Amino acid sequence: MSILEAKDLSVSYGDTNILDELNLKIPKGKITVFIGKNGCGKSTLLSTFARITKPTKGSIILDGKSIAKISTKKIARELALLPQGPSAPEGMNVLQLVKQGRYPYQNWMKQWSREDEEAVSKALSVTGTAELADRPVEDLSGGQKQRVWIAMVLAQDTDTILLDEPTTYLDLSHQIEILDLLYDLNQNENRTIVMVLHDLNLACRYADHIVAIQDKHVFAQGAPEEIMSCDLVKDVFGMDVNIVNCPLFGTPMCIPYGKGRNVKEGRCTAVAY
Amino acid sequence: MKKYIPVRFRNFSVLASSRAIWITVILMVLFLVVLVVSVGLGDIKIAPAEVFKSFFGTGSDLHNLVVRTFRLPRILLAAFAGAALAVAGAILQGIIRNPLASPDIIGLTSGASLTTVGFLAIFTTSDNALTVSINWLPLASFLGALLTGILVYRLSEKNGLSQFKIVLIGIGLAAGAEAVTNLIMVMGSIYIASRANIWLVGSVNGANWPEVVILMIWFFILFIMALLLSRRLNILELGDTITVSVGSSTSKDKKILLIISTALTGGAVAFAGGIGFVGLMAPHMARKLVGSAYGALIPVSALLGAMIVMISDLIGRTLFAPIEVPAGVFSAIIGAPYFIYLLYKSRNI
Ligand SMILES: Nc1ncnc2c1ncn2[C@@H]1O[C@H](COP(=O)(O)OP(=O)(O)OP(=O)(O)O)[C@@H](O)[C@H]1O
Ligand SMILES: [Mg+2]
Repeated sequence: MSILEAKDLSVSYGDTNILDELNLKIPKGKITVFIGKNGCGKSTLLSTFARITKPTKGSIILDGKSIAKISTKKIARELALLPQGPSAPEGMNVLQLVKQGRYPYQNWMKQWSREDEEAVSKALSVTGTAELADRPVEDLSGGQKQRVWIAMVLAQDTDTILLDEPTTYLDLSHQIEILDLLYDLNQNENRTIVMVLHDLNLACRYADHIVAIQDKHVFAQGAPEEIMSCDLVKDVFGMDVNIVNCPLFGTPMCIPYGKGRNVKEGRCTAVAY
Repeated sequence: MKKYIPVRFRNFSVLASSRAIWITVILMVLFLVVLVVSVGLGDIKIAPAEVFKSFFGTGSDLHNLVVRTFRLPRILLAAFAGAALAVAGAILQGIIRNPLASPDIIGLTSGASLTTVGFLAIFTTSDNALTVSINWLPLASFLGALLTGILVYRLSEKNGLSQFKIVLIGIGLAAGAEAVTNLIMVMGSIYIASRANIWLVGSVNGANWPEVVILMIWFFILFIMALLLSRRLNILELGDTITVSVGSSTSKDKKILLIISTALTGGAVAFAGGIGFVGLMAPHMARKLVGSAYGALIPVSALLGAMIVMISDLIGRTLFAPIEVPAGVFSAIIGAPYFIYLLYKSRNI
């Protein structure tokens, strides 16, 4: 059932090997979340899936065909990427930005077809940014900006959407807002979503499939309920945690050990492992 | 009134911004006003109605001579040089993704000046005649601009160069090119030195029709190419990752656009010299007026650039008459503070 797949994928920057013969199938129509330490290669993997970074060995397979053999415009109609911390040029307004997502459908004659218009207005309304259409992107708040960028990626009208840390720099309420939006897109429109998240609890809540990356490989993957364990977190993050069930959703929640105030017994002590 | 109007005709479709259309029309009218006023001003003052008559050769003989032989070529040369530098700046700001980029600040004009002075030095005989056709001059300027452009691009491509550093590299390259230019002038004949000196600051004094026609053709070809590529400029401004992700080509487009930008700079420098700061100010003002969509940004920058240089030249030849101050001096008087203001604004980036 997988449409997107990494096969014996190796990626290096110069002499430094980042990913080594990694194999991974992205389940179609599901939400997949990559987790792992800073610098372990999550962004690299995501951008190799989106053909931004070229593999040194192996390949990315899209619908059974190596993406190296598919025209880049065709890929752009199947797969969209929202990189980490994108920036809009000075003076660009929301409509102009979201409109750029239609690039793979346009040419020098056809720059604003009826399909373009429909896709853009749908992307604006789904993300709740229609009323921001005339505002310059630089004037928006972090959460609004992120919704606008997601609208741009949605306008690209692809089955698969890759997002690198879409919730970074957002406060908790905006994080939930963005993740709910992505969840709805997955549920209502059956889009395949692949993203990098650092918050393990939110990852467990929204992901159908978690992929833990460690030491240039996929260390573990599966449904959060199946794979999340104290040992996994210890192995991947080198950190001691306790895992409980979320009182609201029943999904796994990681509570890290460490220092901090402890008022459980009326006095402050470190919680020992 | 709707802010955006979809324009569709058979396979052709664009989304036009009504604001951009209005501003372009207003600027075109203003351009005509500046043109007529500046043609009318000088030692001999000519009323606008008479200027119009003389445009079509139906004015008095004196007016026809002044307008058609002396003033019009000079003013049109100023206009096209300004427009070319402005469009060059608008393109550079997009491909380098830096609001401080402009042909003079990143050193393109200095590079073009170097090869232009070099060309004059090599091909001028002892009796001050050129041994080759003057038509080759733009090519020499273009090559200088192009080489500098490639150098700056290569240096700024190495990841993570801040906007400040690119400007510093450009200033460094410009200083180097200027030093060599001075060397050529010192070693060359007095004639070249005095001619080159005026021209280095940017002057349209002594323009003639053949020069205007060459620059005009050169400008319009490149202007249309830039307009056709405006869609790609819009995408390039979102950064390399997004550009590839939506299925465009970063390096190929950047190279073509860099060549267009340097060719525009070379054309302007060849005929009007290194008029400073137009390429920085005009696109920046245009962006404030019509936003970042290049389909509007390019023509609006061109109109603003043309007017800035026309007005600079007008002030330069009337304010201290009969002494002539090169147009580049006045564009620098408003341009330099503008640059410092932009530099100050972007100090934290
Ligand atoms: N353009 C590059 N050139 C050289 N090395 C790079 C480049 N991009 C990333 N790296 C290195 O590759 C490794 C993986 O980086 P990557 O950005 O994929 O990590 P990440 O898992 O996304 O980290 P984070 O959680 O901090 O975002 C890091 O050690 C990083 O220093
Ligand atoms: Mg990352």
